[in-house]
Amino acid sequence: MWIYFTRRLFLALAIVAVAVTLLYVMIHAVPGDPASIMLGPRATPELKAELRAKMGLDEPLPIQILGFFGDLLRGDLGTDVFTGREVGQIVFEKVPFTVTLIATSIGWAALIGIPLGCYSAIRRNTIVDKVTGVLSVSTIAIPSFVMAIYALLIFAVWLKVLPAIGAGAGGLLDTLTHLILPAFAVGVSWVGYLARVVRASMLEVLGENHVRMARAFGLPEKRIVFRYALPIAVLPTITLMGVGVAYLLSGAVFAEVVFARPGIGALIVDAVDSRNYPVVMGCVVVTTTLFVAATTLADLINALLDPRAREG
Amino acid sequence: MANARPTSGGPATGSAGAEPPLLSVRNLSLDFGSPKGRVHALRDVSLEVPKGRIVGIVGESGCGKSTLASAIIRLLAANAEVVGGSVEFEGQDLMALSERKMRDLRGRRMSMIFQDPMTALNPVRTIEAQMLDIQYREPADEQEKRRRAIAMLDTVGIPDPANRLKAYPHQFSGGMRQRICIAMALLVEPALVLADEPTTALDATLEVQIVNLLKRLQAEMGCSVMFVSHHLGTVAELCDDVVVMYAGEVVESGPVRDIFRNPGHPYTQALLACDPGRIKQKTRELPTIPGEVPNLVSVPHGCIFKSRCREVHDRCEAEVPGVHPVSNERHRAKCHLREPGKAATRAEAKA
Ligand SMILES: Nc1ncnc2c1ncn2[C@@H]1O[C@H](COP(=O)(O)OP(=O)(O)OP(=O)(O)O)[C@@H](O)[C@H]1O
Ligand SMILES: [Mg+2]
Repeated sequence: MWIYFTRRLFLALAIVAVAVTLLYVMIHAVPGDPASIMLGPRATPELKAELRAKMGLDEPLPIQILGFFGDLLRGDLGTDVFTGREVGQIVFEKVPFTVTLIATSIGWAALIGIPLGCYSAIRRNTIVDKVTGVLSVSTIAIPSFVMAIYALLIFAVWLKVLPAIGAGAGGLLDTLTHLILPAFAVGVSWVGYLARVVRASMLEVLGENHVRMARAFGLPEKRIVFRYALPIAVLPTITLMGVGVAYLLSGAVFAEVVFARPGIGALIVDAVDSRNYPVVMGCVVVTTTLFVAATTLADLINALLDPRAREG
Repeated sequence: MANARPTSGGPATGSAGAEPPLLSVRNLSLDFGSPKGRVHALRDVSLEVPKGRIVGIVGESGCGKSTLASAIIRLLAANAEVVGGSVEFEGQDLMALSERKMRDLRGRRMSMIFQDPMTALNPVRTIEAQMLDIQYREPADEQEKRRRAIAMLDTVGIPDPANRLKAYPHQFSGGMRQRICIAMALLVEPALVLADEPTTALDATLEVQIVNLLKRLQAEMGCSVMFVSHHLGTVAELCDDVVVMYAGEVVESGPVRDIFRNPGHPYTQALLACDPGRIKQKTRELPTIPGEVPNLVSVPHGCIFKSRCREVHDRCEAEVPGVHPVSNERHRAKCHLREPGKAATRAEAKA
């Protein structure tokens, strides 16, 4: 188990390094000279050159990347050229908002979607199963930003039961009420998605030989479902949720913009807009790490649940 | 009597004494729904398993042995439908029993050893968890149940059972898993064990060991066993009675010695013909007989074996053979040639 754990950790670090390098190259390939955009069209060439030097943009790309990783190892994500603030500070100020949003979204989606899928599989072709099926397909089809806008309209603008924008001024209740709408918008399509996946894999597992064997010993159906089938049926769901964090990150970007919530998503949008490379890169490093951490965590949970995976 | 109604009922292994058999399957017919039509997988199957006896079921792959076992314990695929007949077990008709009552029988009065040991155990639960689970009806405490599980694993020859109990199925070889399945089936001390090829994953020496073990445990516990096998040698070694199946029908049944010494059905004869002298030890797999198994979707008229029978004659074409005694009343075959007073027909066919 520990060997598996360390191996997974090293793999995760390697993935982060490769991904960040690729993203660095891609971001710098975006057309538009950051110095011109920042300083405006009427800046003198000398001023532009000075800014480029300050941002380290005059060096060849490989040197830039090596320098970036060197700084990264020292825990330095660079400096925001506009405000002169530490990028690390700017980014980590926003990270908790995004992480909370994503965790809440996937959390409530799993809490409802998995039991719903399990129930649909056991009570196949009942009304609950059919309604879940239809709702799942329709919610999966609706993009989360559309969900966000409608949630905002209905609950905040028309019904006025929930706050429309921001993340609250602190305090648990305030934070929670501000979380409801965005978490609903980001997570709702996941409820149906997870329900579908769990239903399908549950049906598959219930048809497997070992379930037949458990039945041949007259084990109570409840025990068969919860101890024999469900632990196997949720395995693909966990991997899926780990990978899904990437989608949730992009869903969070929309939700943060629509609900004017602080967070990595909103930060990235602003930073890309103004070609604020150090901040963009800071966000990229953090989101990549979040993503890799989520998939690694999913693998570890899988290994905990599935003895066969531990040895792999 | 079956003789009086020649077309109904397969040959039944009649119980020796007055005591009613533990299990009696009567005229059981079962279809599978499939895109190509209904597969008539079991047709008019009748057999009996007397108390404390081992009854062997033999026949080529696909003849319906597993389907028969699954039908008895009522764990059939969703597309299966019992279209006729009854299964009487300890005085109750299983086909008419409620699902709740059926579940109460499973793992208490009857247990099953499944054909494929690689997939029969739950991959995410330890052997211990699974072996304790199946004892859930026992009033004993966990310590006692664990002790019983270890003892049973030891009996079936799992080395170091106390430690191995904590392992997961994938940490055992196929042969080991098969023994664990056997241990589990016997652990609940059932009246009837449905053993679906319990020795296929074992090599020859292990097979002999396991067969001897099964025989010993069966004698000790006094349970009955329906033993499905491909191996004629194993059946000869282990079983009291034999039921020979072909393409979903019982073609011959009777005491093991009568069947092996004086097979009444041309199919059984063909199975044994390959090497009658060595059947007892050497024939591990069913010999292959030329020709193809008939299509079970549109079952041909007349005798089911006619397309491969060496002694086929005009009656076989349209007339379903009746069930006739061979060596004695308990040994019967479903063949026109065994019809009393028709011994001449066989000679004619040969000529
Ligand atoms: N779920 C199913 N749907 C349709 N046909 C089936 C189904 N299960 C079994 N059959 C068919 O029923 C027949 C009997 O199958 P069964 O598994 O009982 O044979 P078997 O005698 O146990 O063979 P083997 O020795 O290979 O285990 C076969 O023709 C098979 O194709
Ligand atoms: Mg079979």
